Amino acid sequence: MKHLKIILSTFVLLVSLTACNSNTSKHTTADLAFFQCPMQCEGNKTYSKEGSCPICKMDLKQLEGTSKTIETDDISEASIFNLTSKWHTEEGNEILLKDLKGKTLVVVMIYTSCKAACPRLVADMRNIEAKIPAKNINNVQFALVSIDPETDTPQRLKAFAIENEMDGAQWTFLQGTESGVREFANVLSVKYKEISPIDFSHSNIISVFNAKGELQYQQEGLGVENKDTIETILQLSH
Amino acid sequence: MKATVFSLFTLCLMVQSIMIGQTKDMVLIEGSRYIPLYGRDSTVVEVKDFKMDIYPVTTAEYIQFVETHPKWRKSKVISLFADKSYLADWKMDLKIRDSISEKNPITYVSWFAAKAYCECQGKRLPTVDEWEYVAMADETTKDARVKPDYNQQILAWYEAPRTKENKVGQTKKNAWGVYDLHGLVWEWTLDFNSVLITGESRKDVDKDSNLFCGSAAVNATDLMNYAAFMRYAIRGSLKAKYSMKNLGFRCVQDLKEQR
Repeated sequence: MKHLKIILSTFVLLVSLTACNSNTSKHTTADLAFFQCPMQCEGNKTYSKEGSCPICKMDLKQLEGTSKTIETDDISEASIFNLTSKWHTEEGNEILLKDLKGKTLVVVMIYTSCKAACPRLVADMRNIEAKIPAKNINNVQFALVSIDPETDTPQRLKAFAIENEMDGAQWTFLQGTESGVREFANVLSVKYKEISPIDFSHSNIISVFNAKGELQYQQEGLGVENKDTIETILQLSH
Repeated sequence: MKATVFSLFTLCLMVQSIMIGQTKDMVLIEGSRYIPLYGRDSTVVEVKDFKMDIYPVTTAEYIQFVETHPKWRKSKVISLFADKSYLADWKMDLKIRDSISEKNPITYVSWFAAKAYCECQGKRLPTVDEWEYVAMADETTKDARVKPDYNQQILAWYEAPRTKENKVGQTKKNAWGVYDLHGLVWEWTLDFNSVLITGESRKDVDKDSNLFCGSAAVNATDLMNYAAFMRYAIRGSLKAKYSMKNLGFRCVQDLKEQR
């Protein structure tokens, strides 16, 4: 009987270990949402929980906008701050993208051992930064995200920042996880592939986000005019 | 004595159920080195051993997933993770249209949704290299790419309309024991965004050497493999939040560390 107990508890443990656990944030928006019968059987009556309509039995539908208007300070559906991946900055701090909220965000994906396009991309970023007047600069964050998280450790990113004179408070370098980087690249529609252990091919795209993390503008290509990018940043950060 | 026998018996049952629970509907794929259409600089890529779902994820399985994960329901999913056509052939959050069957492969799902589904099962999406590796098999050979029928059969599917309305598992099992890699729906891959044929295969004729750094290094190895070329081209045109009528997915799993 004692054996049985041990076996049973092992079994329970195994089951609980293999159970799915990615369900932690499901209530954040639902708590503030209203639900209504899509047929409006009961007029404009709303429910605070999901379920089915007592009259026609159809699933209640979440009223659009209700959760958003209440959470004015919160992030919208299209915001990159919905991503929950963890990142390390060049200073060695662990952050979520959400922690970059509140400033206009200018993002580029690079890797520090790159010899071809990245130096030009980095130069583009510096040129853009140089065109932003001092009164705006406090409202802008420039982020350089590494597509080679294995090589680009916080120490290496810090060295790169100093070497390229990008060590001011307006610059942030980010090291993510392989899957976090892949996901982030997908949000930006940036494509990349490891071609050899030291080389990646990747899209040259600079993306501008507003303070809420919503994509506002993307500049594609190298050595293109930065004018529109700068204008977008100025509009967002004044 | 009886108790011991009984507990042994229970143990066997449990172990068996756990084993089945983990390997059910998955097969072992023995890794190897091969030359895909688009590889790395050396053109040979290495695929490690892994397990692959033998069928694409079905609509029934996806209903279960959204039941337990409300954030992936049609009405809840956020626009960052899926476009407007997400689960377009579902009537409501947990109900599909009568015209589709629970045994159909799930389609109209975004990459984010597919990724979340697999991660929730302790699995992941296959990489392009892994998917292509298993997909080069026909019914008898693990690398059937040299056979003329292999390409013809796949291309015949590309021409056949409305295959997504078929049920999973109706195509012939390939040499690995995997069904439906060809002949049912296109499938998401983990790093679908990795190949740079061109900037965007719908838009550009030449590769845009300004938009892409190092793209000259990525070249096709076998231009005769027209079917594979189409798959890479489609992947190149996708964005992660797209949900398409004929695009589903299946999951794979890494093997546990050698004990």
